[in-house]
Amino acid sequence: MKKTPDTNTTLENAGLSPEDQLLFSNARPRAYEPYPIKAIEDFANWARANSLWILAFGTGCCSIELRPLMTARFDASRFGVAGRPTPRQSSVFIIGGYVSVKTLKRIVRSYEQMQGPKFIIALGSCPANGGMYFDSYNTINQFDLYLPVDLYVTGCMPRPEALLGAILELQDDIKAGKCDGANRYVEHFDEYKANQKKVIKDWNMPDYNW
Amino acid sequence: MSELLDRLVRDFGVTEITERSPAITTLKVSREHGECLIRELRDREGFTHLNFIACTDWIEDGIFRLIYMLHNYASRQNLGVHIDIERDNAEMTSIHTLWAQAWTYQRELREMYGINFPGSPRLEENFCLEGWDDMPPMRRDFDTVKYSTERFGHREGRVSLEPRDHMKVLLYPNRGGDES
Repeated sequence: MKKTPDTNTTLENAGLSPEDQLLFSNARPRAYEPYPIKAIEDFANWARANSLWILAFGTGCCSIELRPLMTARFDASRFGVAGRPTPRQSSVFIIGGYVSVKTLKRIVRSYEQMQGPKFIIALGSCPANGGMYFDSYNTINQFDLYLPVDLYVTGCMPRPEALLGAILELQDDIKAGKCDGANRYVEHFDEYKANQKKVIKDWNMPDYNW
Repeated sequence: MSELLDRLVRDFGVTEITERSPAITTLKVSREHGECLIRELRDREGFTHLNFIACTDWIEDGIFRLIYMLHNYASRQNLGVHIDIERDNAEMTSIHTLWAQAWTYQRELREMYGINFPGSPRLEENFCLEGWDDMPPMRRDFDTVKYSTERFGHREGRVSLEPRDHMKVLLYPNRGGDES
């Protein structure tokens, strides 16, 4: 796994006032480095795959599919999936449908606060290619320009079965050590940040929300 | 109701009275008399509830049409007051002194159409859009497809199919999509 190119430089935090800049960290994010012994890393991945905690953040209409996922019929807790109220406690961010610019700002802020390893499932057509809102002045068309996506679920909207299938597939990928979205974010941090700032015009938060 | 309408014609120069359904009547009034008329309806005639304020962009006529929908709880009548204002430098008297909730509508109209309501609270603040730096998006001369493509890009490989033509090809493959 590659290391970050320029770990030593700091972030500008130009969106904050000089007083606020003192209150926020200006350190760059660091990539996750796996355990040197493969057996331990595999065990850690197995543990991660079976304790996927979803951030309770519904961005669009697809997030309505998260509700039946947790109740009796589909019961995702069979697979160690649970809902969590805060970003600090969760490891999976499900982008439920269309993402408006206003929401994107909150998504970035929440995603960066999540502790690694963290994964993103993009649910529905809208994060993939704009979906039925492709011509809207206020919804983004390609979510992976702004944050790294580990898994897409297509459909408008996908059934809970599809989402359950996606969770199982995500588990397989995590166990195989293939989900490195968070590390991709760190490696290409400047590109992602430039894309985010291109659409979020009133950037009044730190460049990286620790 | 007709008595009231007659009086409104006499006192406020109301025109284009249309009964759209037994419960909804609309009328048109000039911009200068608009606020007086709404105040009169609220204070004297029992139209105490403001359903909504809406706006339509009549770009061909160069006007915005504001629609104030009022409701009378006693007679269960809705009265839509249409007010045409100039599209350029659009401005209208604020009615936030009549209904406090009106300023939320007025903020939205300001953001989506660029209509100014002098004196309305928090008018300059962001409402739905944050950091918007272009023409107000609900104006009809705003090209939303162009804006979206320039700002948010276009995913390669995305195709749009006309449902009717697409289904014809699927249903009648032997006839080259010919329905007959």
